Amino acid sequence: MMLLSGDPPRSRVLTLVLVVIILALAATPFLFPGAKALNVAAKICVFAALVASYDLLLGYTGSVSFAHTMFYGIGSYAIAIALYGMGPNWAAVATGIVVGLPLAALLALAIGLFSLRVAAIFFAMITLAVASAFQVLASQLSWLTGGEDGRSFQLPELLRPGTVLISKNLFGFEINGRILTFYLVFAVSALMILALLRVVNSPFGRVLQAIRENRFRAEALGFRTVFHLTYANCLAALVAASAGILNALWLRYAGPDTSLSFSIMLDILLMVVIGGMGTIYGAIIGATIFILAQNYLQSLMGVASKAASEAGLPLLPGLLHPDRWLLWLGLLFIASVYFFPTGVVGRLRNAGRDKSANVSH
Amino acid sequence: MTELAANDPLPKPRRDLAPILLPIALALAMIPLVGSPSTWLTLTAASLAMGMMIFIMASGLTLVFGLMDVLNFGHGAFIAVGAYVATLVLAPFAASMQADSLWINLAVLAPAALLSMAVSGALGLVVERVLILPVYGQHLKQILMTTGGLIVAEQTLYALWGPQIIPMPLPTSLRGSFILGDVAIAKYRVLAMLIGLAVFIAIQLVLNRSKRGLLIRAGVENREMVEALGYRIRRLFLGVFMTGSALAGLGGVMWALYREQVHASMSDDLTVLIFIVVIIGGLGSIGGCFIGAILVAMVANYGGFLLPKLALVSNILLMVAILMWRPRGLYAVTSR
Repeated sequence: MMLLSGDPPRSRVLTLVLVVIILALAATPFLFPGAKALNVAAKICVFAALVASYDLLLGYTGSVSFAHTMFYGIGSYAIAIALYGMGPNWAAVATGIVVGLPLAALLALAIGLFSLRVAAIFFAMITLAVASAFQVLASQLSWLTGGEDGRSFQLPELLRPGTVLISKNLFGFEINGRILTFYLVFAVSALMILALLRVVNSPFGRVLQAIRENRFRAEALGFRTVFHLTYANCLAALVAASAGILNALWLRYAGPDTSLSFSIMLDILLMVVIGGMGTIYGAIIGATIFILAQNYLQSLMGVASKAASEAGLPLLPGLLHPDRWLLWLGLLFIASVYFFPTGVVGRLRNAGRDKSANVSH
Repeated sequence: MTELAANDPLPKPRRDLAPILLPIALALAMIPLVGSPSTWLTLTAASLAMGMMIFIMASGLTLVFGLMDVLNFGHGAFIAVGAYVATLVLAPFAASMQADSLWINLAVLAPAALLSMAVSGALGLVVERVLILPVYGQHLKQILMTTGGLIVAEQTLYALWGPQIIPMPLPTSLRGSFILGDVAIAKYRVLAMLIGLAVFIAIQLVLNRSKRGLLIRAGVENREMVEALGYRIRRLFLGVFMTGSALAGLGGVMWALYREQVHASMSDDLTVLIFIVVIIGGLGSIGGCFIGAILVAMVANYGGFLLPKLALVSNILLMVAILMWRPRGLYAVTSR
């Protein structure tokens, strides 16, 4: 309870699902062999933290930011450039963190002070404009960022796949640097999600929710709403940049497609909404559903597309092509905003509440 | 406040000229920086043409926001749809496009543009009814719904036309430039400027000289008051939304011809540009949108010529500068 900051999942099914997801993630290196499963699990961890930080903005303050991938990208690039320039050592990792995180926070502060002060409605548009400018900048400054190719780098000795920590004949499993990196990603992501739970359940988090419900009233109660919103913006940026660092460490690469592109921003939006806005737990559910779909649904669609084209159906092969999977997710997104705006988590919580209400009467 | 007698004419609102002078001053200030007058003229013509195209695309968005507080993040989809639909007409008639006669070329281009406008307008009807109607008055959901619409539209375009870039060559008679002395002005840019001006004048006439326009302007200023007087503002809004979508489609065709290619991702880049224009101009203001579009295009063209590296962030700098000067845009027409 302390660990969850007094904000448990509040639904038996949800608790069960969350426990299964977390146990499966934690045991992935042993349960599911192969590089793909481990990659998917690491991506779920990184995105769960990233989406949770976005939920702090979207779900708890009600402000739509399109600059979240920018902070994610700052983290990725900071660590990538440091490790690329200084070589694979721990000093470079530290430099990347020390440069990347404050840079993200400062930029978030600047955007927040500028656009949250002018008018709330501008925020979405201004963040979109700033993020797209940053993306162009990152691809143009190729001497620093490697341009469209991005930067590949080597990890410090300890985290490399070749480093065998515990050999196979001890437990029947080999614990190598790759698995250690996975647990690093897992642990830091989990810590960040717990920290975010703490933030949203603090008095500060309550003020954010008050601002979401009625900004004018929150202001009338004496809260400096611009300060609170900017602070939340900076916190979210810090977590996003940290998630970016984890992602770059896992991929040993940072580039525009993996860390900055607008499509990642859309992915994050989809994950938050499908999982459930304003719940933090929704981030874990949303990221898991989305990334599993991204990695395994596509091959299913490929089979369906081939079947449709062999059956000679018009249009369907194109619509079911594996590259078009975003089309179906977009439709799902609209449907979920419309029909269940509270997402999976909200649905499960409501279902539980109805049942308990029936029992008590 | 002074007392007015019954027969006195109503006090005229003070004309706010500073924003109009801004692009002119910017253009004049660039003469010494650019150096050669002929280059300057070419650049200015280029920025005016680009500005007109952006204005055509952005005008609908600003009115839609001003009138109903609807933030349409899917506006870019209409642009891409317009461009793709035009290829339906232009591809079969490629031979007529190659003919070296302005009239034959226009005889193909005009139906293509009209079809694009009709399709994007119709799509606007569907989008308004299906995506926006259920979430009136809820900003967060509007943004989410229309963003979802943008994804679906883009992916559908990819599914129907394939992910490759479709070339869209200019018709023969619009290639090349008018040469006046040592000044070269591309023919297509002149056409774009003319169409843009025509659209601007048409919008201004409708807004200022017709009853519908009066209602739209009144609605932008105070929606509830217009509703209280018994007008069905939702129907008015639907009309504005469809017109705005159709204009975005027209802008899409013009932009595709300007770039000589069509791709669904064009909507992403243009959406950002259009948002900047709408913010600079002041949400809901057509005049502000017009000036904003020209300013953005000028900064892009002059900036691209003088400091190519800076051109990447010049739009953002321009927006920051304008919002520092006037926090609600050049012309603040809404009370929001």
